[in-house]
Amino acid sequence: MTVTFLILAGVTIVGMAAAMSLRNLVHCVLSLTLGLVGLAGLFLELDAQFVGFTQILVYVGAVAILAMFAVMMTRGAAQQQESRPTSVRISGVLIAGGVFLVLAWAMCHGLMTLGAPVQPEAEVKQIGVALMRSYVLPLEVIGLLLTAALIGAGVIAMEEKRGAR
Amino acid sequence: MNGSVRMAGTADQIFVLVKQWLMGYVPGALQPLASAVLSVVPVLLVFPLLFAITTVLERKGLGRIQNRYGPNRAGFFGILQPMADGIKSLTKEDIIPRSADHLVHLLAPLLLVVASFLVYAVLPIGRNMVIANLNAGVLFFFAIGSMVELAVFMAGWSSRSKYSLLGAMRAIAQMISYEMPLVLSAVVVIMAAGSLSTVTIVTMQATYTGIWPHWYVFTPWGLMGFVLFMIAATAESNRSPFDLPEGESEIIAGYYIEYSGFKFALFFLGEYLGMFATSAMAITLFLGGWAAPFSFLTWIPSYIWFFVKLLALIMAFIWVRGTLPRLRMDQLMNFAWKFMLPMSLVNILCAGVWHFMAAGFVRWVVVAVLVAGTCYLLSQRLKRGKRVAVRTYRFAS
Amino acid sequence: MNPLTGYVFLSALLFAVGLAGALTRRNAMLVLIGIELMLNAANLNFIAFWRYGPHPEALTGVMFVIFSIGVAAAEAAVGLSIILAVYRHSKTTNLDEMDSLKG
Repeated sequence: MTVTFLILAGVTIVGMAAAMSLRNLVHCVLSLTLGLVGLAGLFLELDAQFVGFTQILVYVGAVAILAMFAVMMTRGAAQQQESRPTSVRISGVLIAGGVFLVLAWAMCHGLMTLGAPVQPEAEVKQIGVALMRSYVLPLEVIGLLLTAALIGAGVIAMEEKRGAR
Repeated sequence: MNGSVRMAGTADQIFVLVKQWLMGYVPGALQPLASAVLSVVPVLLVFPLLFAITTVLERKGLGRIQNRYGPNRAGFFGILQPMADGIKSLTKEDIIPRSADHLVHLLAPLLLVVASFLVYAVLPIGRNMVIANLNAGVLFFFAIGSMVELAVFMAGWSSRSKYSLLGAMRAIAQMISYEMPLVLSAVVVIMAAGSLSTVTIVTMQATYTGIWPHWYVFTPWGLMGFVLFMIAATAESNRSPFDLPEGESEIIAGYYIEYSGFKFALFFLGEYLGMFATSAMAITLFLGGWAAPFSFLTWIPSYIWFFVKLLALIMAFIWVRGTLPRLRMDQLMNFAWKFMLPMSLVNILCAGVWHFMAAGFVRWVVVAVLVAGTCYLLSQRLKRGKRVAVRTYRFAS
Repeated sequence: MNPLTGYVFLSALLFAVGLAGALTRRNAMLVLIGIELMLNAANLNFIAFWRYGPHPEALTGVMFVIFSIGVAAAEAAVGLSIILAVYRHSKTTNLDEMDSLKG
C-alpha cells in the first residue's frame, strides 16, 4: 500500500463521487474525467502501461468529449433537474451500500492469499502478439462491433428530415 | 548506457555527462528525484525559450510575406519583442466574465499547458536524451495530446460566451476529425519499426547505407505518411489554413476570447508548445529524430540536428500560414473524412505490401504506384462537381 | 497487508458509487455515466488480479480490459445517440418523464 496508490485512489474516488453527485452536468462530466485519469494512473501503478494510456486515449479523448457534446445538445433539459423523492434516493444509496458490504465481505473471506506477486511487464509487443494469435477472433468481433456501433449511433442521432420537429 | 556514451563522443553527450557528474553529488535516497528534476528542468526552460524565439520569427516572417516590416521597435530588429509581450501580458488586468464558471475558467489554460508539457516526456531530443523511454511512448504522446481537446472545451464552455462556445465546438469537431488521420499516419512507422518506443524508432533510423540515412520519409509510404501527419498536425494545432476555430474575422478569437492577461498568454504558450511537440513527433517518426542527414555529418552533436529540423518545420508552418487562405467548415470536414482518412488507411496497406515484398526496385515501383494512384483517385473524387481553375484578379494585376 | 486488497476494495467502492449514481439520478446521461463507472470498476479488478495473479504472462486480464474498453466506447456512443434521439422527440433527458410508449 504505497503513497502513490493512496493518492491515486483518493483522486479516483473523489472524481467519481463528484461525477455522481454534482448538479451541473458539465461539472459531472469533468469530474468523471478526473476520476478516469486517476484510474488510468492506477493502471500505470499496476505496470499495465498500454492499458493505462489506452484508457486515457479512449475515455478522455473520446468518451468524455462525446458526453460533452451530448450535454451541449440537450442543454434545454439541464434546467429542469430536480432530485428524485427522498425515499428513492435513500433506498438507492442503501442498495449500493449493501452491494459494497457484500463485496467487501466476500473479499475479506475470499482469495486474499494469492501467491507471491512476480513483476510482470506487459510489453507492448507481447500484447500485440497475443492480439494477433490467440485473441484474433475477439479482435475481429470487436472491430465489427465498433463499426456497427459507429454506423448505428450515426443513424440514430441523425436528424429526421421530415419529422414533427 | 555507458558504452553508448563513450561511443558517441563528448560533444554529443555533454549534457548526459553533466547530468551524470551532478548526480554523483546527490545522496542515494534523493537520486530518483534529482534525476527527474535534472531531466525535466531543461525541457521546461528550452521550449518556452523556443516559443519566445518563434513568436518573433513568425511575426517577422509573416511581415516579410505580406510585404511589411513586422515588429522592429523593441531591441535590435525587434528581437526583444517577446520580453515586451511578456511584460505586457503580465501587467494586464485579468478579467473574468461575471457569469463565468470561475474554477473551470481558471483550470482550462492550466490543463492546456500541463498537457502540452507532458508530451515532451517521450520526445528524444538527442542521443540518450529523453526524459522517459516508455514502452508505449507513441501511445502516451497521442493519449496526452487528446487532453488538449478537453482543455479547449473547458475554456469555451466556462466563458459563457456564444463566440467562445462556437469556437470550442468548431475546434473540437476539427480536432476529433483530424486526430484519426494523425494517429493512423503514425501507424506505418510503428509497423516498420516494430515498436511503440520513440527511442527505438529513432535508433532504427540512425543507420546509413553509403551516405544515405534510413529515414522513413525516404520510402513511398513514409513520404505519404509524413505529408498526412503534417497536414493533420496543422489542423490539430489550429493553425492556418485550418484556423477556423480562432478565425479572427469570424468569431473574433474562438474559445479564448474571454481570456485576458496572463491566462491568454498561457493559451498562446500551450498552442505553440503543442505545435512544437507535434513537429518534434513528426521528426521522431519520419525524419530520423536526432540522426544526421548524411553519414559524414554525424560529428555534429545530435541535439543540434534535432533543433535544426524542428526550426525547419516551424519555418514551414510559418510559410504555410502566410501563404494559404482559410478553409470553409465543409471543405475542412470533407477533406478530413473523404481524403485524409481513406488515404491514411490505404497508406497502412501500402506499408504492409512493402514489408512483405522482397527488397529491391520492384517493391519501390509497386508501392509508389499504389500510393500515388490512390492519392490521385481520392483527390479527383474530392474535386468532383467543383469548378477548379486559376483565380484571376481583376484589379490586383 | 496484501496490495491486492487495496485495489479490490477500491474497485468495490467505485462499483458502489456507480451503482448509487445509476439508481438515484434521474438524468439519462448521468445514469449512463454511472454504468460506465461500474464497467471501469470491473476493469480495475481485472488489471489488479492480472498483476497479482498466478499467471501474469498469460495477459488474460489485460486482454479482457482492452476489449472491455472497446465495448464501453461503443456503448457510450450508442447510448448517447439514443439519449439525443429521445431528447429530440420528447424534449427531456429525464428518465421519469420518458414513460410514453406511443410515439
